[in-house]
Amino acid sequence: MSILDKLKSGLAKTRQGIWKNTVGLFKGKVDEDFFEELEELLIQGDVGIKTTMELIEELKEIQGEKKLEGEELFTEFKNLLAGFLQSAPVELEKDQLNILLIVGVNGSGKTTSLAKLAHYFHEEKYAPLIVAGDTFRAAAIDQLKVWGERLNLPVIAQDPGSDPAAVCFDAREAALARGKNLLLVDTAGRLHTEKNLMEELKKIKRVLSKEESNLKTLLVLDATNGQNALEQARIFNESLTIDGIILTKLDGTAKGGIVFPLARELNLPVYKLGLGEGMEDLKPFDPTLFVEQLLGED
Amino acid sequence: MVFANLSEKLQGAMKKLRGKGKVSQRDVKEVMREVKMALLEADVNFKVVKDFVKRVEEKAVGEEVLSSLTPGQQVVKIVQQELTALMGSEREDLNLTGEIPVVMLVGLQGAGKTTATAKLGNYLRKNGKKPLLVAADVYRPAAIDQLETLGKQTGIEVFSLGTKTTPRDICRGALSKARREGFEPVIIDTAGRLHINEEMMEELKDLKQAINPGEILLVADSMTGQDAVNLAESFNRDLGLTGVVLTKMDGDARGGAALSIKAVTSAPIKFVGVGEKADALEPFHPDRLASRILGMGDVLGLIEKSEASYDREQAKKMEQKLREASFTFDDFLEQLHQVREMGPLEDIIGMLPGMGNKKMLKNLQVDEKQLVYTEAIINSMTRKERQNPDIIDGSRRRRIALGSGTSSQEVNRLLKQFKEMKKMMKRFQKSGKSSMMKNPFPF
Repeated sequence: MSILDKLKSGLAKTRQGIWKNTVGLFKGKVDEDFFEELEELLIQGDVGIKTTMELIEELKEIQGEKKLEGEELFTEFKNLLAGFLQSAPVELEKDQLNILLIVGVNGSGKTTSLAKLAHYFHEEKYAPLIVAGDTFRAAAIDQLKVWGERLNLPVIAQDPGSDPAAVCFDAREAALARGKNLLLVDTAGRLHTEKNLMEELKKIKRVLSKEESNLKTLLVLDATNGQNALEQARIFNESLTIDGIILTKLDGTAKGGIVFPLARELNLPVYKLGLGEGMEDLKPFDPTLFVEQLLGED
Repeated sequence: MVFANLSEKLQGAMKKLRGKGKVSQRDVKEVMREVKMALLEADVNFKVVKDFVKRVEEKAVGEEVLSSLTPGQQVVKIVQQELTALMGSEREDLNLTGEIPVVMLVGLQGAGKTTATAKLGNYLRKNGKKPLLVAADVYRPAAIDQLETLGKQTGIEVFSLGTKTTPRDICRGALSKARREGFEPVIIDTAGRLHINEEMMEELKDLKQAINPGEILLVADSMTGQDAVNLAESFNRDLGLTGVVLTKMDGDARGGAALSIKAVTSAPIKFVGVGEKADALEPFHPDRLASRILGMGDVLGLIEKSEASYDREQAKKMEQKLREASFTFDDFLEQLHQVREMGPLEDIIGMLPGMGNKKMLKNLQVDEKQLVYTEAIINSMTRKERQNPDIIDGSRRRRIALGSGTSSQEVNRLLKQFKEMKKMMKRFQKSGKSSMMKNPFPF
């Protein structure tokens, strides 16, 4: 299945409802009611109040200047949306050690996303090594080991309760010793409001970046989360500097509108979209394609 | 604190009304627009917000309210009433009737079902039950190990048959074990699934038919956005939910899901998850939460919290000691532990009337640390010093400071505080207010 097809089928449920209504709205008359309805739809799409208001203002301006309606205004609207977005510049190179540090709140899908990334890069002929940096949650290490077996990839783990930064340090050494060029680091889920746990993450990152390597920090966000996802992103970014976002669970009825305030208010780019449970269902993010699919016809 | 943001905004809006002697329709409309925005920002479902605002406006602009002596207060009261109604007015307990009561937990991936299963078991055991946890998530890698580990940690029995058996057979096996060995209730952890995955939803329906659970609880992430309503509706339509467990309430979730889910499914929120530990599950009281959101505090909750972590016997002994003025640093330490057992200070203070405000709580994380230092200082004292702090001289002070990683000044400060406290107790004693001594803390 091509990326486009997968995006289309993955976003099928997301497209229903409010985004479909948005498409429909542009087929009608453009007046005050139109903008009010658009505002309601965007808020329902998890775009958030601030970004919605700004979007509406900008669209009004465009509309006022050029007196556009229907298909033309719709195109402008889509351009406006796509213009916010950018894909994350996460580039790996085979002749050096690449490290992907996966962070996020509890239950956002870190471990599953990590497994999918490992699978993807393995197919791309990288030599991945997986690190069980979640030494806290019950059976998190076992979960990762099961993935390792399924993917036939090595997993570095220590006992539950051990210091995650120490585990990461050892794993980094091991990766170099074994000639691996990709280290995938799983971390324990933590709410962004837990200051001490955020400090722990900073320490992990410090340990990992002690010596030169291509280290990218990826934040996993659950697309069904609402405006709180923005708060998560803000705080994780302040603590760690996030290179890209993995937005998971978009194959449900999640609205997906959160990508707009993420880009607009925090300037955070999306790296991958989680579109299903299959190993291949973590897809690269392309702003134009995403908007086309969100606001496309079935 | 959860809801802090919403709380702050709503209180800001309400403030405009409170003191007003005269309230016009326009005033109400204006304030309600702010309320609407606050609710939307908190991820309350759009339709729910619209209905809510409409209902409040209708009630508020009635003649009676606007012409009353305290129209502002009246409107605030209406908002509180409607907010409470939105979440369900009264606490609803678990239905644990039937030969072997069964509680089944369902929800999306990552909502926190497995953790909630263990916490619920722990909660029920504390209430005198003998629960059996059932590991029926055969899909997620190591989900069974996770529940088994949690079971071991809390000392609660876990039933599992590995991943090769169907959930249906696992549950049947669990039921017969429960019958044989006298476990009840049976709490079933199911695999996470998307509400639109028909095959997986069929499996749940099938499971429901096979074991006929008295409680089907939706475990939902309190950070869920506008989609909360969709997923709750789907689960409710397919399974008939009897209640909801809201998880991850210890973050800064704006709590919109809590306000929306009850409104669309009429399934009451029965529990909230408030932390990573096994005992971080609390029964949900909608009325108290509503008043907390509006900054009116939750004094009842505070009392219950302190009672739950306060040993009556110990309290009596303590009172005795206070009376005889033989209160030592050992006793102080014990009291410190009890306060800490009540949970994070931040939460406790958020329950005090007028203290739900985020800004006031900003520096609290530091205060929590202060408790840790205090504890360290006391721990670094010898037994003799704890019994009789007067013997602490310069050299002892330095040793204590070194041992606790603090400074002599900090040790001094604590000693001084302790002295003051004892003085205060003596004064209380003289005026006969012995009941006030139960918690002689400076904070």
